[in-house]
Amino acid sequence: MSENHTVTTAEADIEEDLLVEEVSIDGMCGVY
Amino acid sequence: MSTETFAPDRPYRLSPSVALRPEPFGALVYDFTTRKLSFLKTRLLVDVVHALDDAPDAHAALRSAEVPDDDHDRYLDALAGLASAGTIEVRGD
Amino acid sequence: MKLVEHFQHGLDAPICLTWELTYACNLSCVHCLSSSGRRDPRELSTEECKAVVDELQRLQVFYVNIGGGEPTVRSDFWEIVEYAVDHQVGVKFSTNGVRITPERARWLAESDYVDVQLSLDGATPEVNDPVRGDGSFDTTMTAMRNLRDAGFTGFKISVVMTRHNIGQLDEFKRIADEFDAQLRITRLRPSGRGADTWDELHPLPEQQLELYDWLVAHGEDVLTGDSFFHLNALGSTPLPGLNLCGAGRVVCLIDPVGDVYACPFAIHEEFRGGNVRDEGGFTGVWRGSDLFSRLREPQTGGACSSCSAFDSCQGGCMAAKFFTGLPLDGPDPECVKGNGERALELVGAGAPKPTPDKDHSRTGKKKQTGVPVAIGWGPPEPERLPDRACDTSPLAGMPAPREVR
Repeated sequence: MSENHTVTTAEADIEEDLLVEEVSIDGMCGVY
Repeated sequence: MSTETFAPDRPYRLSPSVALRPEPFGALVYDFTTRKLSFLKTRLLVDVVHALDDAPDAHAALRSAEVPDDDHDRYLDALAGLASAGTIEVRGD
Repeated sequence: MKLVEHFQHGLDAPICLTWELTYACNLSCVHCLSSSGRRDPRELSTEECKAVVDELQRLQVFYVNIGGGEPTVRSDFWEIVEYAVDHQVGVKFSTNGVRITPERARWLAESDYVDVQLSLDGATPEVNDPVRGDGSFDTTMTAMRNLRDAGFTGFKISVVMTRHNIGQLDEFKRIADEFDAQLRITRLRPSGRGADTWDELHPLPEQQLELYDWLVAHGEDVLTGDSFFHLNALGSTPLPGLNLCGAGRVVCLIDPVGDVYACPFAIHEEFRGGNVRDEGGFTGVWRGSDLFSRLREPQTGGACSSCSAFDSCQGGCMAAKFFTGLPLDGPDPECVKGNGERALELVGAGAPKPTPDKDHSRTGKKKQTGVPVAIGWGPPEPERLPDRACDTSPLAGMPAPREVR
């Protein structure tokens, strides 16, 4: 899997078989 | 982030900048440097990652975690992905 | 099971959380989600903050995003940051830059696991300052120059999208590139003082498409904090991210007085799960509160369930619906199919819409017209009675800052 891979709803079905999923959470939890 | 390709005959470890948090479905892995979150989606893969530390190479870690033979390729692929993301790295010893 | 489904059921601990350290702020932005301005005398002490960090370390919360108010005006701010990082809790903090001196920028550049997010709501003072206050553009740009000169790269420039700055997206990106920083844009919510200004600031319907197209074109180069998933219904390309509401499931807010809310945009008694000072602490709230348990139950799409776009937009943002008076199981006020506007027209015919009920604004301009709600914390203990000087200075009652510019 590529290192920049991001999980999206459309891809989730195909991803179910993968052992690793990766997502950037860098922007999360910071507000304004 | 590693530039070397994954070599299953070498020793590996969890990178020092990475934290692993067990979850019912496997584990969450967070890299404080790249700020990426990875999900190890089976407990078996978590066992493999833990086993890396004491194994002479990646193949041995798979055996030590009792990964079924048929699944070895799948788990080696997963480790290769973790290595290219910098989650695991070659252990220099 | 898909990962997103695990997340919908909630985790034993948040992935990350927003932690507002003080309601004090040198600015009074017109859209402030926490109605900040004056320090609250009941704010957590240094020792209480460290106890929260200890708990987050035990829970393996990967990082906290510290905000406020302006968190850096707390005299113990840097001490708390160091304590968190030393205890394996990563820190990102959001600031308007007022305390990012050249010396502090050098200290930050040397600190591992500390990231900085600077707020900028216009690519020019003409667009920024009417929202964030006179001189605020220059303050933030100075802080950014200090960080760059200290060799700090990759800090975040955080922009709240309004109808006045969507046309500046390319300009924001250019500024970020110029500073070797990363652009982060986020959705305006009708929370806090934003409840009063949302009507005149939120992007117009045609601007939502402009924004969606721009985000699709820029992919993962631009961070969004997963805040625009309601735009997914505009096209076939889903925006990067988890595309689910994480409130109470994978994220939450700890406010300056220790109250734990499901989401930073939902500072209202309705969404308060408990307080870190309660028996059981933060962990008890996260794992035991009825509110958080409810949020982790399967949510019904309500009026949206028959919509073809429901799978991609999930009904949008809970806080945006709540503070515009819309039912939580109906369309988002900015529903790209126009269902939000139709629903908003009906608000006011029935029950009054809720208003933000925790106001620390310095001017006290908010009128109490909302539905009456219980105040969660009872009368203040005598030694915690508000000190009058709070009314005049956000720094009232606090020791003088150690650092002089």
